[in-house]
Amino acid sequence: MASLILMPALSPTMTEGTIARWTRNPGDAVQSGDVIAEIETDKATMEVEATEDGIFGKIIVDAGTENVAVNTPIAVLLEDGEEASAADALLTGASAASASASSHNEPKADAPVAAAPVAKAIEAEKEWGPTRDITVREALRDAMAAELRRDEDVFLLGEEVAQYQGAYKVSQGLLDEFGEKRVIDTPITEHGFAGMAVGAALTGLKPIVEFMTMNFALQAVDHIINSAAKTLYMSGGQMGCPIVFRGPNGAAARVGAQHSQCFASWYAHVPGLKVVAPWSSADAKGLLRAAIRDPNPVVVLENEILYGQKFPCPEDEDFIVPIGKAKIEREGKDVTLVAFSIMVGVALEAAAKLAEEGIEAEVINLRTIRPLDTETIINSVKKTNRVVSVEEGWPVAGIGSEICTVAVEQAFDWLDAPPARVCGLDIPLPYAANLEKLALPKPDWVVDAVRKLFRD
Amino acid sequence: MNETASVPVKGNGPALPPETMKRAYKDMLLVRRFEEKAGQLYGMGLIGGFCHLYIGQEAVVVGLGLHMKQGDKSITSYRDHGQMLVAGMTPRGVMAELTGREGGYSRGKGGSMHMFSREKEFYGGHGIVGAQVALGTGLAFANKYRGTDEVAIVYFGEGASSQGQVFESFNLAALHKLPCIYVIENNRYGMGTSIERASASKDLSRNGAPWNIPGRKVDGMDVLAVHQAAQEAIAHCRAGKGPYLLEMETYRYRGHSMSDPAKYRARDEVEEMRRTRDPIETLKAEMAKWGIDPAELKSIDDDVKAVVADAVDYAKTCPEPDPSELWTDILVEG
Repeated sequence: MASLILMPALSPTMTEGTIARWTRNPGDAVQSGDVIAEIETDKATMEVEATEDGIFGKIIVDAGTENVAVNTPIAVLLEDGEEASAADALLTGASAASASASSHNEPKADAPVAAAPVAKAIEAEKEWGPTRDITVREALRDAMAAELRRDEDVFLLGEEVAQYQGAYKVSQGLLDEFGEKRVIDTPITEHGFAGMAVGAALTGLKPIVEFMTMNFALQAVDHIINSAAKTLYMSGGQMGCPIVFRGPNGAAARVGAQHSQCFASWYAHVPGLKVVAPWSSADAKGLLRAAIRDPNPVVVLENEILYGQKFPCPEDEDFIVPIGKAKIEREGKDVTLVAFSIMVGVALEAAAKLAEEGIEAEVINLRTIRPLDTETIINSVKKTNRVVSVEEGWPVAGIGSEICTVAVEQAFDWLDAPPARVCGLDIPLPYAANLEKLALPKPDWVVDAVRKLFRD
Repeated sequence: MNETASVPVKGNGPALPPETMKRAYKDMLLVRRFEEKAGQLYGMGLIGGFCHLYIGQEAVVVGLGLHMKQGDKSITSYRDHGQMLVAGMTPRGVMAELTGREGGYSRGKGGSMHMFSREKEFYGGHGIVGAQVALGTGLAFANKYRGTDEVAIVYFGEGASSQGQVFESFNLAALHKLPCIYVIENNRYGMGTSIERASASKDLSRNGAPWNIPGRKVDGMDVLAVHQAAQEAIAHCRAGKGPYLLEMETYRYRGHSMSDPAKYRARDEVEEMRRTRDPIETLKAEMAKWGIDPAELKSIDDDVKAVVADAVDYAKTCPEPDPSELWTDILVEG
């Protein structure tokens, strides 16, 4: 049966083109794959191939014709022995044919409405019994040691993690216990070693990648986002990536702009990643253990200043903190303060000051940034009717922006004042002691922000 | 280490047993016919986005594939259909992914550039130039970590060969003696920029020299030469001697992707390569010397044609993914 040859599309955006020349004449025998024409667009020249064997029957659109729309019939292909007139019937129905050719592009049904990921309801947190005061540094080390003992597929790699015992001594003692096969010093090449770790994770191994600071992970961010976070989806669920990217995040102390940045909102933006940001030793130990066991890529945002601080941490060997569950660190009825990482301490100090003024603040420690525990936030806002987010990072498109949006979208009728944000100043962090101090949130900023909510 | 010297392999390397040559012929023909069809379906609007065809380079992946055993891993860039077919992935599943259907390897969520097979140990299908080199080094790392003699074959173009992470990967692989075969598919043009204009290194097979990675320049248009070089490289890696670098001198007949201005190289250059260096024709001539019956080849031609036609039919008729697929496979549950 005769068939029509349609104007092909040769790029994702091509809608029309020019037929530069025909390379076959009517009456020629052609085989599938033979070049029959050349077409041009404003950016490309391409050959058109026959898609079936047959006789090149008739040219419908002459060489030199410009602005030929994609899917327009441009020639006729005949079967052996057919007359050229066999094509005539086809031509009358041509517009219908070209319409159906593109119909597969139409979605079959309306796409579901986009929704921000929300942490699933998780049962009430377990009571873990007696605690002991340990530093955040020890908590992180203990978490890694426990998981390295538990699972042979877990290994740690990064700069100075082995012989040097960690640039910030977080991996102290791990080389001695687990050996150089599983505690691996890398060269200072984040792009390469993070990519290598992601590749190993795609086979099912469970690497912990330590970045000396999260600032240096910028060199590896392509692998964190394009390779680790997206492969499960792009593979139709075949290839998960069980990996942890961890390291100190945010400002340290007087190390200048390139070493002082909070990446919470960067990573929180990405579907396919989980993001946690521990504050206390219990957070650090419990969340890091959960991150290592998680079958997905998890970014663990630590804080250098917190490394040396001591907090009570459960002694139970099975202690773990579920990802996706915030913690109310202080209960209150008048205002909700939502914070993560080192800002939890700032919020608690602010709450103590506010209490002296008779304002009882509830302090939420997010612990997980993605997926966000909106349930805990919203329940608190419905109780206090006011909310202030506290973060060290920059204000624009920050975590505070998300908290305020969630409050407005889901608890608008309960709010007695607009949600407010306390953030680091919108500047690269300066070096001078006085300037640095002026740039980062402190308890008084939070107190001021809360007072404003009550003044209006 | 004198192995770092570039040793060109003669085009008429050691002849293979007839059965192996026939397999190579069949594999190359499958890739060629599959890609021709893919190009046609693209023109018909059934395949969208980017579509990078492997036509002309068939001898590279087929020659290496002849040595792969169960458990060996491979990974490549976005010019990946040939690698997938040689890894043993089904033409139906690959073609249906190209048309964005639920029967595709990624259930329509990956497309031409992003397909994977856990079963066949094919790790993609990567759209960021050079990324697969670091990831592939990780595949080799995993082999070594698990104590197997499996290898990872990591394909990348000469365009990617100047990427920083490629050199970072060479360093890591050499430091840890990883069983990694780096295959530079030098098809002379990184998109529209010739190798002469993109790389100050004039002999890419020596790019691993600072790390003592043995390197060889190979006639990538001759499947027998590729087979011989691959044998040596893979044996080196299986023996635990660390990474190996193969520079395959090859050529792509088609544009970089479907939309290609084709102004950066002369038409005569392409025609000359097709006429004098075509990998399928070259092998055919070799097989004729060995007295292989042309009727046998005709039967292979027919088989391949039928397999590709079946894949096309499947890819055209398979349903599009259900809208609920939007929200699956973002995270592993549990």
